[in-house]
Amino acid sequence: MTGRSASDLVRKAAKVADEVAGPAADDVDRQARFPREAVDALRGEGLLSALVPAELGGGDDDLQAVSEAVTALARHCASTAMVFAMHQIQVACMARHRGHQLLDDYMAEISAEQRLLASATTEINIGGDVRSSSCAVERDGERFTLAKTATVISYGEYADAVLTTARRDPEAPPSDQVLVLCRADEVTLEPISGWDTLGFRGTCSLGFKLTAAGDVGCILPDSFGDISAQTMLPVSHILWASVWLGLAQEAEARARKFVQKEARKNPSHPPPSALRLAELTAVLQQMTQLVRAASRQFDEQADDREALASIGFAISMNALKVAAADLVVDVVNRAIVICGMAGYREDSPFSLGRILRDAHGAQVMINNDRINANNAQMLLVHRGSE
Amino acid sequence: MLAEHGKLAVDAHALDADADTYRAGMTSHASVNVMLALEDAFDVEFPERMLNKRTFASVSAIRAAVAELTSGAA
Repeated sequence: MTGRSASDLVRKAAKVADEVAGPAADDVDRQARFPREAVDALRGEGLLSALVPAELGGGDDDLQAVSEAVTALARHCASTAMVFAMHQIQVACMARHRGHQLLDDYMAEISAEQRLLASATTEINIGGDVRSSSCAVERDGERFTLAKTATVISYGEYADAVLTTARRDPEAPPSDQVLVLCRADEVTLEPISGWDTLGFRGTCSLGFKLTAAGDVGCILPDSFGDISAQTMLPVSHILWASVWLGLAQEAEARARKFVQKEARKNPSHPPPSALRLAELTAVLQQMTQLVRAASRQFDEQADDREALASIGFAISMNALKVAAADLVVDVVNRAIVICGMAGYREDSPFSLGRILRDAHGAQVMINNDRINANNAQMLLVHRGSE
Repeated sequence: MLAEHGKLAVDAHALDADADTYRAGMTSHASVNVMLALEDAFDVEFPERMLNKRTFASVSAIRAAVAELTSGAA
């Protein structure tokens, strides 16, 4: 890391979370609206370029720092944290799979102008299998065009560019994909569905008919299969899990405050909920160490493309996603039992309603069943670490 | 075997020996199936170091990998 200290990024994210994202969180959730003020505050602190290389004006931060920043945001507003996480996943793909001047120029623009990146990896009739596309890049000299009906483009209407998967050309098979930087000034988005969900309501993850054009230099040179294995998949699982960790941490904090309040009423007799808090703490610790270990492992192997492309690494990242998605629900459920009616109410300082709704997104956003099915397949040939 | 398990977009028998199987539509799922079938047919086990994209990137790469494994077993 050369740009700034990790604690600087985390400290700034925590400040935005506390001062801007937190106060707006209830309204963002209620209205299912984009957390514009929080994203603008993140821009103001220059955090959207955290993963851009220093030579292109970015923060050059590592994934551990970004993971902690995401967690800090999620404690106050999970939607803001998820938007920030999804943006960073796209920046990571650009920063780690370079090779064309136009792409470097855009990264410099992310640093200077704090551009927000969205992602269009899902497609109608294909659903969540991001390693398969039906739409294709059509080239005409130095220009390309692309039309995709995406079932989800989170915060698409608010993004400055959309990284889109598509078949390499109209003759390519569904799995031979590329990733294309589509700048908003040459993109049209026509909504095809709404976003009225239990949780993560502020991500505004509508479906869109996307039409894009641009310079062929905006097509990332590496195949999407490599980008996915070496960057998008692991970084996504780590940063999503970092969002869920923030939810779990906040649930624990509320439960702990509640238990302490109860304890003060009758200092000679610890409340029964204190024991439940002790049990919750053990689960939260598992989750914390799981997420921290994964981001550390990624940073340690960040330049070892062979290791990142290995079956063992893919299995461990998938296992991280499934485990963290289960653990967050476990922690929040325990917190509700501890806080009792105070946690169940929507109008108390111990209210856990929004956190509970957000937490349940974890298992269904890229369904755990799909991830486990992928792991089941890979385990048929995995040799273990012996 | 590639024709049966590779799920390519083209006829595997017509594929040039050095043509890129991934460009021909092979997915990582399909490569696992091809590998399982090869392991059964040749009574070999692909070691960890061979479990990568390169090993299945073309018909000749697959042939070389199997040749290496069967000669090692002999």
